[in-house]
Amino acid sequence: MTGSWTALAYLVAAVCFIVALKGLSSPRTARPGNLVGVTGATIAVLVVFLSERPDNVPYILAALVVGGAVGAFSARRVAMTAMPQMVGIFNGVGGGAGALVALLELGRGDGAQWPGLAVAAFTVFIGAVTFSGSTLTFVKLQELMTGRPLTFPGGRPVFIGVVAANVALGTWITLGGALWVAIVLAALSLAAGLLLVLPVGGADVPVVIALLNAFSGITVAASGYVLGNSLLIVAGTLVGASGMLLSRLMAKAMGRSLANIMFGAFAGPSTLGATTATDRPVRSAGPEDIAILLGYARKVIVAPGYGLAVAQGQHALRDLAEVLDGRGIEVAYAIHPVAGRMPGHMNVLLAEADVPYDQLKEMDLVNPEFKTADVTLVVGANDVVNPAARSAPGSPIYGMPILAADASRSIVFLKRSLRPGFAGIDNELLHDPKTTLLFGDAKDSLTKLVAAVKAL
Amino acid sequence: MEGVALLTVFVLAAFTGYEVISKVSSILHTPLMSGSNAISGIILVGAIIVAGQAESPLALGLALFAVVLGAINTVGGFVVTDRMLHMFRGRRDRGEEPST
Repeated sequence: MTGSWTALAYLVAAVCFIVALKGLSSPRTARPGNLVGVTGATIAVLVVFLSERPDNVPYILAALVVGGAVGAFSARRVAMTAMPQMVGIFNGVGGGAGALVALLELGRGDGAQWPGLAVAAFTVFIGAVTFSGSTLTFVKLQELMTGRPLTFPGGRPVFIGVVAANVALGTWITLGGALWVAIVLAALSLAAGLLLVLPVGGADVPVVIALLNAFSGITVAASGYVLGNSLLIVAGTLVGASGMLLSRLMAKAMGRSLANIMFGAFAGPSTLGATTATDRPVRSAGPEDIAILLGYARKVIVAPGYGLAVAQGQHALRDLAEVLDGRGIEVAYAIHPVAGRMPGHMNVLLAEADVPYDQLKEMDLVNPEFKTADVTLVVGANDVVNPAARSAPGSPIYGMPILAADASRSIVFLKRSLRPGFAGIDNELLHDPKTTLLFGDAKDSLTKLVAAVKAL
Repeated sequence: MEGVALLTVFVLAAFTGYEVISKVSSILHTPLMSGSNAISGIILVGAIIVAGQAESPLALGLALFAVVLGAINTVGGFVVTDRMLHMFRGRRDRGEEPST
């Protein structure tokens, strides 16, 4: 293949990737879009064989088959609740591959100019940070270690020192350092990735995954510069833009800045308040009473949280919604951006339970609707409906945008106990006169509610 | 391609990416992340290039490892995205009338 045909084919592949992302603007076009993305990737791999005429083809094909099989197998097996870990580890392998490619290019030492060397050093750095940071994120999410922020005295100076050393090594490589300098850089960058993620708490992991997603994209774009390959630049930049946008969105949904999430734990007191149950009075009722409340409503809004998925209650919730729908009651799901463990996670968990996507409503769209809702049903969520976010400046969640559940005529909480939520703060809404609690396991309570509504 | 041309591609792609991604439905943010995983897996192309030029067994070994990682990323990313998107169905797709 000649140069211009190759460039043309890469352009087609790049357009395919853009179309794939564009498809995600609606659930209707998303799946065909993804197939266009597959086509783009296939074209790119075929073209690289035809244009580069690489040596070692049998080995490369074997590696392709092994990697493809591992990827397809794990992608088919993974549970939807484990999607954050999956995406986390995928970020890591992408970053790791990019770092290796740049390291090998540096190793060939074919008299590259200084800009190329500088970008190669940067690629090794950001790729290795992505790899170790993502691996640690995976370990935290898989609960192979504590999800609490891990800090040690002098953590911040050590992190800054490691990054400064990396900058120095990168400069050395740019000025023509030997291969061993690049290897030291890779090792120190791995350490930097660990230091970056260690102090981040479990609740903030969604932001970190999005940020590492951006890093993996930046790695690919930078390695595209090193190899002089425009497709890698386009693909990597798209992913980088996506990751940055999602990180900012998640940080905004938590009412905090990116810097505060990444470095907050270094700074001192973490977001942990009281973890003891309160003894203030609440009103609780049995499933039959709640069923009457729900069954004679005109409009019910469900506010699901990750606790729903922990209790595996999604299907029971869908059943309840269908029973209510059958009675002519309007049902919608109010999805807070941090309702799951990664951006958009709750939507996937509900879609898996066959909830139609037209009932899933994002926070900004659904918030004006609460005041016309007869009942808001809060399942497995707490902090995302806690008015303290609006009214208590001292609270750790102060400033976080919340679902306006308190605007609805009545509120029903399905709760296991009165223990405070993830952020460990008391929820004023639980003590509101409009609020009724149904104690018990979410799945259990929902199943009882389905039966009770049917019996009305 | 040379430096400035590559930089041009980068800048234009950044603006395109920002425009396209900001229109992605927030319902689909998880598939967006897994789908972009798959796209960044195209580092596979870079890994194949360096594997094809490798002269020492060590360089070849490392490059092949990068090929494996890239293939996991691309194939796994696309498959898991497809699996998720398959689950997103509206009422119309299930033969029901959407309520307004």
